[in-house]
Amino acid sequence: MTSAMFVVLLPIIVTGVTTVAVMLVVAFYRNHALTAALTSCGLVAAFLILPVSGAAAVREATALLVLDNFALYYIGLILLAAVAIVMISFGYFERRAVDPHEYYLLLLCAVVGGEVLAASNHFVSLVLGLEILSVSLYALIAYARTLKPLEAAVKYLVLAAGSAAFLFFGAALLYAEFGTMELPTIAAALNAGTPIPSAIVLAGLGLIIVGVGFKLALVPFHLWTADVYEGASAPVTAFIATVSKGAVFAVLFRYFTESGVHAHHALLFIFTLVAITSMFVGNLLALMQLNVKRMLAYSSIAHLGYLLVAFLASGPLAAPAAAVYLAAYFITTLGAFGVISALSDRDHEPENLDEYRGLFWRRPWMALTFTMMLLSLAGIPLTAGFIGKFLVIAAGEESARWAAILALVVNSAIGLFYYVRVVAVMCAGTPRSSEASTLPPALPAHWSGASALVILTGALVWIGVYPAPLLKVIQALVTLPG
Amino acid sequence: MTLVWIIAIPLVGGLLAWAAGHRSDTAPRWIALSAMALDLALALGLWKQYGAADFSISGPWLQELHTSWIPQFGISFHLAVDGLSLLLLLLTALLGLLCVPVSWTEIRHRVGFFHFNLLWVLAGILGVFMAADLFLFYCFWELMLIPMYFLIAIWGHERRLYAAMKFFIFTQLSGLFMLVAILGLVFMHHTAAGVFTFNYAELIGTPLSRTISLWLMLGFFAAFAVKLPVVPVHSWLPDAHTEAPTAGSVILAGLLLKTGAYGLLRFVLPLFPVAAGEMASVAMVLAVVGIIYGAVLAFAQTDLKRLVAYSSVSHMGFVLLGVATNNLLALQGAVLQVLCHGLGTGALFILVGALQERIHTRDLRAMGGLWTNAPRMGGVAMFLALASLGLPGLGNFIGEFLVLLGTYQTSIPIAVVASIGLIVSTVYSLWIIQRAFHGVAPETRRVSDFTRREMATMAVLMAGLVWLGLYPQPVINTASQTLTRIQQTVVTAQSKAATVKLVGMSSPRSGEIR
Repeated sequence: MTSAMFVVLLPIIVTGVTTVAVMLVVAFYRNHALTAALTSCGLVAAFLILPVSGAAAVREATALLVLDNFALYYIGLILLAAVAIVMISFGYFERRAVDPHEYYLLLLCAVVGGEVLAASNHFVSLVLGLEILSVSLYALIAYARTLKPLEAAVKYLVLAAGSAAFLFFGAALLYAEFGTMELPTIAAALNAGTPIPSAIVLAGLGLIIVGVGFKLALVPFHLWTADVYEGASAPVTAFIATVSKGAVFAVLFRYFTESGVHAHHALLFIFTLVAITSMFVGNLLALMQLNVKRMLAYSSIAHLGYLLVAFLASGPLAAPAAAVYLAAYFITTLGAFGVISALSDRDHEPENLDEYRGLFWRRPWMALTFTMMLLSLAGIPLTAGFIGKFLVIAAGEESARWAAILALVVNSAIGLFYYVRVVAVMCAGTPRSSEASTLPPALPAHWSGASALVILTGALVWIGVYPAPLLKVIQALVTLPG
Repeated sequence: MTLVWIIAIPLVGGLLAWAAGHRSDTAPRWIALSAMALDLALALGLWKQYGAADFSISGPWLQELHTSWIPQFGISFHLAVDGLSLLLLLLTALLGLLCVPVSWTEIRHRVGFFHFNLLWVLAGILGVFMAADLFLFYCFWELMLIPMYFLIAIWGHERRLYAAMKFFIFTQLSGLFMLVAILGLVFMHHTAAGVFTFNYAELIGTPLSRTISLWLMLGFFAAFAVKLPVVPVHSWLPDAHTEAPTAGSVILAGLLLKTGAYGLLRFVLPLFPVAAGEMASVAMVLAVVGIIYGAVLAFAQTDLKRLVAYSSVSHMGFVLLGVATNNLLALQGAVLQVLCHGLGTGALFILVGALQERIHTRDLRAMGGLWTNAPRMGGVAMFLALASLGLPGLGNFIGEFLVLLGTYQTSIPIAVVASIGLIVSTVYSLWIIQRAFHGVAPETRRVSDFTRREMATMAVLMAGLVWLGLYPQPVINTASQTLTRIQQTVVTAQSKAATVKLVGMSSPRSGEIR
């Protein structure tokens, strides 16, 4: 470790220091506002320090971590998402009958895990990052300690541990073959290797795909998703849907692209199959849900399927398309769960579709925000989701992935059905109707959650209407060498 | 700048109307009315400005506005107007203006939000007619869907949610196929010319292989065929038209369907002339099927609004026929048919809406004898029925006649079968009058006649139909330069392709002989 390496690692160090600071503060002085403020300040500081580490000459900090522009982009995305989640959580826990202090601690831990994962350059750091993230998530999911969250947490624990085992075994097999745990070396060896890799390598890759697929909730490793999304509290669900997936996707994208997956037809076929089935299964199951959180869970499965289309495309557009799509997905998913959080009260989250009936006339701003988020998820123009979908289709066409594109188009139409159904429910009914009076009286949204929603909606519209600046930044950052 | 104003005024007006809706119910109506009046004035001003010049100025566009938007992909905010777009802008502004008085008493709930949606859907349609950048075009194409969805889903009739959803999914799915085709075209252009651009003018003449051109053309055709509608994909139309509130039906029939016709003329023919030529016979058959099928189904309806909706399918079949025939006469006929159908069917939907507001049913079997109750309504209905069946002297006649004349030069059997549609349309048009207005009125029913506001609305539309029927020349002049250019592009490209094909066919054969 040289001092230059410390400079490169600053974003992760700042987050880590914040974690320790929050831990100490919480131990001595328990004040919700202070804890939340400290957490978000630490996250913002870590974000603001990204350019410093971006200006460093050598980006590799030991053999374990590499904070090049690609990693920094995803770390930045994770940090911004975490800030939004903290803002949403503050409003949410102010209303809840749960002691919130350790929540922020766990959240920060999970963010550190995500950062390490996105920057990992070695199987050791990959495993470290993944475990820090997962272990924090077990506790986060169970945080409310009532029956449903506990059930979800146990489910996640068992399956995540199992999938991690797959991943480790896959890593071990690759180590047995190549004699190294450094990901770039393995990727280079795979890229230079014979067209048909040996059985051990194939088995290793297959096992790794299982582990990664679980984290990304791709079909057929998606079975945990709906239950966990439903069981965890809305801000935690937002975290699982965004940060945890984004970090894993960054690693997947980088090393699978570098190892030349696209030249191996069998692997390409597997990923295409996973992408297409994820889209169909996710959308068709979402179609049947009357629980909004479960619906969003299945829709997120489909969205990762769309994202894989960018991953499958190997052209120069692929990396920017994936980056933009993920950013748009982050914004909309955070926004959607932000609305659910903001509508929650002391012991209840609005989950059933019926609770949204006539929301347009009771809570017009919330309904409008939710509509924007849903339209973005559906990929309607002038929202960020459309720009993402546009780029993904463009990247797919550039590399002629026609089957995946056709699936994407058909699935967009299926998806539209259930997104629009929520909108339709929200504008059905009148404020005078009897059912509205049976609903609990609406609390005004907490300022913190509301301001997060305003920012997210602003970003959504801004990216949707004028994406040129973002595209410029992203193209400069995420283009992988070679 | 006028072009930006034309879109910006309804957008801003919509926001104002929404905001004003919290205070009073009348304010949004007046805001919407003045916004659309201003828009109509701007469009008329444009027409007057270029009406004198015989539309043969140097460039392809009368007026354009070009600013960079997403330079990384060569996407720009590019609005442009030529004779064809100008006519459709006028139609949009006029019908949009009339939609406000039409909903004056019909819409009582959430008036502000209603007018917001009304003005935004109009802004989207205006944008579609002006966009000269394919990305921008797609954005406007989608932008008009969401407010339309709300118009149907919130203020519609009994099965409004079902109809709104069906409408939305049909148009969205077909729109996505168009998006894929747009991107495919852009990539083909990138391969050929080395630059990314979505500029319409630059994409014309992109070299395409036969298969690719056919697939891309089908992508565009899917979107426009759903909107037009062409028969196998028309099933959203009767539901959406029937369930929408009156203003929604007027916009759907009068304007939204026209975006499909416009797209065929503006994009499918010039961008894929060869593929369009190869598809022409299929399209003509589909058009004739639509004409007959729509007319026969219209006759079978008992719901008056559904009847008018199916008559739209039939009338729009003539437009497709004109476009597919692609000679100058037929194209002019198609454009006239678009305008006249916009006015005529718009007026019919207003009439049905007014009837429903009064007698609370659209069921023809429950009507009868309305003439005695409401003679002014009867007179208007008679006029509109005559226009719809193609009485000479009214606009539809000119449109359908020109299309048939053009088709006759290409294919006599098609023209003959298509003219049968005219007979069936006579039957159902007169059927409306007989069932609803003739006969004996029930003693108990009291129906108030058209008010002055409603008569004024109808008078504008009827005057338009008479004018287009008696003196369509100014309109033909306005569109003729655009249509001539489109037609020449197609003919040139097709003859070039034919020569290439001939050479290609002769060479292997000569090889065999050797």
